Amino acid sequence: MTSLKVFVIARLLLVIPTILLLVSLVFFIMRVMPGDPVIAIVGMKAPPERILELRKALGLVDESGNPIPLPIQYFNYLANLFRGDFGRSLIWGKRPVLVEIMEHLPATIELAMAGFLVSIILGVTLGTIGGWKGGKMSSAVKIYSAITYALFIPWIGMMLQLLFAVWLKVLPVGGRIDPGLEPPMITGLYLLDSILTGRWDSFVSALRHIILPSLTLGLVISGVFSRVARTSVEEIMRQDFVIAARARGIPEHRLVVHILRNAFIPIMTGAILTETTFSWPGMGTFLFERIEYRDYTTVQGTVVFFAIIISVINLVVDILYAYIDPRIRY
Amino acid sequence: MYTFRPILVKLVPKVRLSILGWAGAGMVALTVFLAIFAPLLTPYDPTKAVGPSLQPPCWEYPLGTNKIGQDMWSRIVYGARTILIVVLLSTVISMLIGVPLGLISGYAGGLLDRILSMIMDAIYAFPSLILAIAMAAALGPGILNTAISIAIVYVPTYFRMVRGQTLSIKEQLYVEAARAIGANHTTILISYIFPNVISIITVVFTLSVADVVLTEAALSFFGLSVPAPTPDWGFDLKAGHPYLLSGYWWLVTFPGLMIMILAVGFTFIGESVAEYFQAREVRT
Repeated sequence: MTSLKVFVIARLLLVIPTILLLVSLVFFIMRVMPGDPVIAIVGMKAPPERILELRKALGLVDESGNPIPLPIQYFNYLANLFRGDFGRSLIWGKRPVLVEIMEHLPATIELAMAGFLVSIILGVTLGTIGGWKGGKMSSAVKIYSAITYALFIPWIGMMLQLLFAVWLKVLPVGGRIDPGLEPPMITGLYLLDSILTGRWDSFVSALRHIILPSLTLGLVISGVFSRVARTSVEEIMRQDFVIAARARGIPEHRLVVHILRNAFIPIMTGAILTETTFSWPGMGTFLFERIEYRDYTTVQGTVVFFAIIISVINLVVDILYAYIDPRIRY
Repeated sequence: MYTFRPILVKLVPKVRLSILGWAGAGMVALTVFLAIFAPLLTPYDPTKAVGPSLQPPCWEYPLGTNKIGQDMWSRIVYGARTILIVVLLSTVISMLIGVPLGLISGYAGGLLDRILSMIMDAIYAFPSLILAIAMAAALGPGILNTAISIAIVYVPTYFRMVRGQTLSIKEQLYVEAARAIGANHTTILISYIFPNVISIITVVFTLSVADVVLTEAALSFFGLSVPAPTPDWGFDLKAGHPYLLSGYWWLVTFPGLMIMILAVGFTFIGESVAEYFQAREVRT
């Protein structure tokens, strides 16, 4: 076996304990809740039948109402997850958590992609200018990168809302599309779906709605790119241009993977805050709303979902890394 | 790298701040000033309705009033206390857990080190905000609970740096010498290794504290931090948001601005400290 294969297999095996650790962490966190979670959800004056029903829904008691010991609860929880059962919501239709997550995921992916695009354009442009001009320009871009790390997304979003939606009245203040204009569902990404089905009115509406959120998210993430772009341009400027760059191997590829890894988590957490600011109906707004309703099974399921996504993305990035850079092997 | 002095404890590494660093220090100092002298700077009780509802900034209410008629200036000044206390408390908790575990893990090695490192890496890989949200949602509101939720997120940061530093220090000659003259493990850890990880702890602190500020602001923006009517910038930002559409701009502009000033201030300090240590590394 080649060492790359060994690395991939070892890394694949490592993802199992990582996911197990993360889901156990979530289970532990949700169980350390002080007081009675059920009372916290329904209040002190709830009828006993309702309390019993919730205890069953949370997996705290069995069918006849006897408490289930914690280790067994934990085992049941893991077994359910293994079968792809993320539990059911505690409110309204008591729908499966995974189904609800899947409904909100496309909106988040669309926003993240748009934000990613904005951040690349902004960051690479500024970074290249800074690295190329050098001197004061380079310092200015350096300060820009530092400030973007410290931007508080909801505030930036609100200032944009205030300027473009409230004062200038040129863009919508929030939401994903004007009601009634939703394009037929193909990928769940409104911009793409409306192009695929030729619905231009939907496309324009979706585009108008995504401008402010993606600008907010893109602005905050752009610091990652302006930093990388500035330093690499400065490096190139010092070298004998193309020959030196080529001689270093394929830095472009390595750079891309490196950037993806550095930008992925900020984009995801950034998307959550951006969504709640712009009432964007994605995972962030969903999580926020369910926290307010104390829908604990949904909150727990969503967090577990994030944990699994992160582990898988890290796995993919690590394997890509090893594929590109032969020095990374076990 | 850092100079290794076995006995001498230097709490704050000698750092020369750049202009940027001083600008950052000024921004942080402003917030600290507001927090310390809050009662002298505010004419009203920040938790009580003291004026008309939704009054724009005027002579009597410099930053306006909110829906329930609380004075925004008083809330902002007292809000500095809330965020600084949470940041301080959570940092202390992260250090109290992360530093000893990092020392022990790096020093002892073996299976314990592997298990601890794996747990810490798993937490480290998790998006910090989501972890803090889950934790805060489970623990419920309150200053201590918020501090704990944020602290858990930053334990691995301290752990990893301290462990790495310990790994290299324990190979140093003076540690071996101490062992040779019969010092036990506790003595070696406390008086020979710990003093030399202090500067790295300071660096980790300056680099992560801006993030801690933003996490606190995000938690309180989600309504997961301190309960109302405690003045808190993130909470006020959230509370003012619905009124933004009607043009009540002062409700969100000022609390958000304060969050930014504090976070940018800490970032500038961190940037400056990191640059200083990098420059020193290159020179030696």
